[in-house]
Amino acid sequence: MDEREGPRRRRRGPRQDGGPAPVPEGARADAVRDLARRRAGERGPLLEVLHDVQDALGWIDEPDVRVLADELNLSVAEVHGVVSFYHDFRRIPPPAHTVRVCRAEACQSVGAEGVYAAAQQAVRTAGPDVELQQVFCLGNCALGPTVEADGVLHGRVEESRVQQLVAELADRPPAPGVPETLPTADQEARR
Amino acid sequence: MTIVWVPRDSSARAVGADEVAAALAQQPGVTVRRNGTRGMLWREPLVEVETPAGRVGYANVAPTDVPGLVSGGMLEGAPVGNSLGPVAEDPWLTAQHRVSCARLGLAEPTDIAAYRDAGGWAGLRRALDMDPADVVEEVVTSGLRGRGGAGFPTGIKWRTVLEAQADQKFVACNLDEGDSGTFADRILAEGDPFTLLEGMAIAAVAVGATEGYLYVRSEYPDAIATLGEAISVATAEGYLGEDVLGSGRSFTVHVRRGAGAYICGEETSMLESIEGRRGEVRAKPPIPALSGLWGWPTVVNNVLTFAAVPAILTGGGETYAAAGDGRSRGTQVFQLAGNVARGGLVEADLGTDLRELVEGFGGGTRSGRPVRAVQVGGPLGAYLPAAGLDVAAGYETLAEAGGMLGHGGIVVFDDTFDAARMARFAMEFCAAESCGKCTPCRIGSTRGAETIDRIRVGPPAEREAALVLLEDLCTTMTSGSLCAMGGLTPMPVRSALKHFPEDFAPAGGGDATGPDPRAGAAAASTTRSAP
Repeated sequence: MDEREGPRRRRRGPRQDGGPAPVPEGARADAVRDLARRRAGERGPLLEVLHDVQDALGWIDEPDVRVLADELNLSVAEVHGVVSFYHDFRRIPPPAHTVRVCRAEACQSVGAEGVYAAAQQAVRTAGPDVELQQVFCLGNCALGPTVEADGVLHGRVEESRVQQLVAELADRPPAPGVPETLPTADQEARR
Repeated sequence: MTIVWVPRDSSARAVGADEVAAALAQQPGVTVRRNGTRGMLWREPLVEVETPAGRVGYANVAPTDVPGLVSGGMLEGAPVGNSLGPVAEDPWLTAQHRVSCARLGLAEPTDIAAYRDAGGWAGLRRALDMDPADVVEEVVTSGLRGRGGAGFPTGIKWRTVLEAQADQKFVACNLDEGDSGTFADRILAEGDPFTLLEGMAIAAVAVGATEGYLYVRSEYPDAIATLGEAISVATAEGYLGEDVLGSGRSFTVHVRRGAGAYICGEETSMLESIEGRRGEVRAKPPIPALSGLWGWPTVVNNVLTFAAVPAILTGGGETYAAAGDGRSRGTQVFQLAGNVARGGLVEADLGTDLRELVEGFGGGTRSGRPVRAVQVGGPLGAYLPAAGLDVAAGYETLAEAGGMLGHGGIVVFDDTFDAARMARFAMEFCAAESCGKCTPCRIGSTRGAETIDRIRVGPPAEREAALVLLEDLCTTMTSGSLCAMGGLTPMPVRSALKHFPEDFAPAGGGDATGPDPRAGAAAASTTRSAP
């Protein structure tokens, strides 16, 4: 990619738009860079690094994309393309709690739609700390309907049970998986 | 001390196995050990007590049951509670033909000594003593075909990789088990990971690969953890790593996590994802056997395919091929799911009657209502009516019946099943999960959902035209899509139309709009603001 040559590719003097955005710096950028370096010897490590960043910092912030592109010698577009392709990668900070309801065929056959509707209602009551996500199959298809609450799997969940699970989450401190977030590069710049 | 086994399988934990294990651990004289599940999921948590007469099972144990069971003589194997008697003699298990799953649920999943004592690693040892081409021929003889669903002859694939001239070759295992109604890959990875690793190692020996990648969906955190531990143990013991069993051959295995994309279960999309890219499907040719991971020849197989290999090497290809029906040789790990009374994992000969699986093993619906439909082979498989279950579950026989075997998942629906709603869901699911590379899948799926809406709730005058359009669209998707996602989405749609036309009647009542796979994006945007 960086070795492209040809008569048409030549520098045309200073760019009018100020050139590419600078690679972010700061505590969060250092943390991201460090996570990428830990997988330096691996083949094609981008997905694993993105998981590591999200596990450690909670989400993939826009400046993280530029740091990773720089560290892994990829284009910003390549990294952004991967982050935006996969459902797992969040580009905004995570909620304190997450409840995921399976809506795939096997769970639908035992009433997942009612469970999802009940969860929607419960999450509205619980407030902004609990986020509801739908998911298509958690591999518990013999014991559905299946709900995952802060990473814990629950089988044979009835409507009343999902409401109870959401209420319990709302009363609990943030999930262990939700990290103490480092400030984003933008927030640091504003300080 | 009495040894009491409580499964640590995700499904068992989802119905309280951890809490039961904790309650048992508080009983004096009890040592709790955690096995994988036996596959009798409807009985979970299934507690097994070691007695002189063998392991005695107690089904559906709740933590609060524990004191009563113990005082009733559970630790001596007394028939209290939901006692099954000796688990190994349970008719649901003895009626099966367990080959790939022979060791499932017997030991702690990463207890490598137990695996060895149960005959593990014998297949790998034999493979190392053989000429690689003979290992491949043994697999050809077995008649083993891709258990991920495509059914391609495994030995032929391996032979292609073996004969490819390259400096580097890979083995890739597909554990992106995204199909609803399938969970055998997960159960095997969580319950008997060494069988899978041994199968991969044999493949590596056979084709000359030195690195293996296990692509596991992120929805399976327990499988990821168990496999990571199993790889460490097997490497420390010399079954994997730089010098496999002193043979001088190297085979290292890496686990790669998926990231919530259904399409990455498609083999070329999975290869892209392992390489750290968007999971967009590759056009074939070149086939992965010649140009797979990073352009090198790669064996790509499903978990169940690799899991069948150790038994083929130890027992011989001909023994494996003795089971089965027609060109479908060996056993299939079926999964009974959805609205089924006895859901779980059934390994049986290919060609077993579908009705025997649903009504015999499965016991009909969990709700007690009549079975109306059965979907075989995942979300891209056909909906078969209850009257159409007298078909042998094999690759060709199911294809003749208008369906497909797929990964062996069987989802049962009772008489509340709404075929039009499920057909629409199939299109919507495809729209949400399409990688977007080819037009028939990316756009056809959205248009398909809209067209089904018009058939159901649109102006009656347009209905006939919409039906013609839907059929036309299905043909375009089937023949024009790059991969099986777009190519097979018409299968559930067409089968629903064919077998349940009454559900597509105008204003057929019910909710025309199924779950909206795009709603997740809307929900995701309603998060709290940054701290």
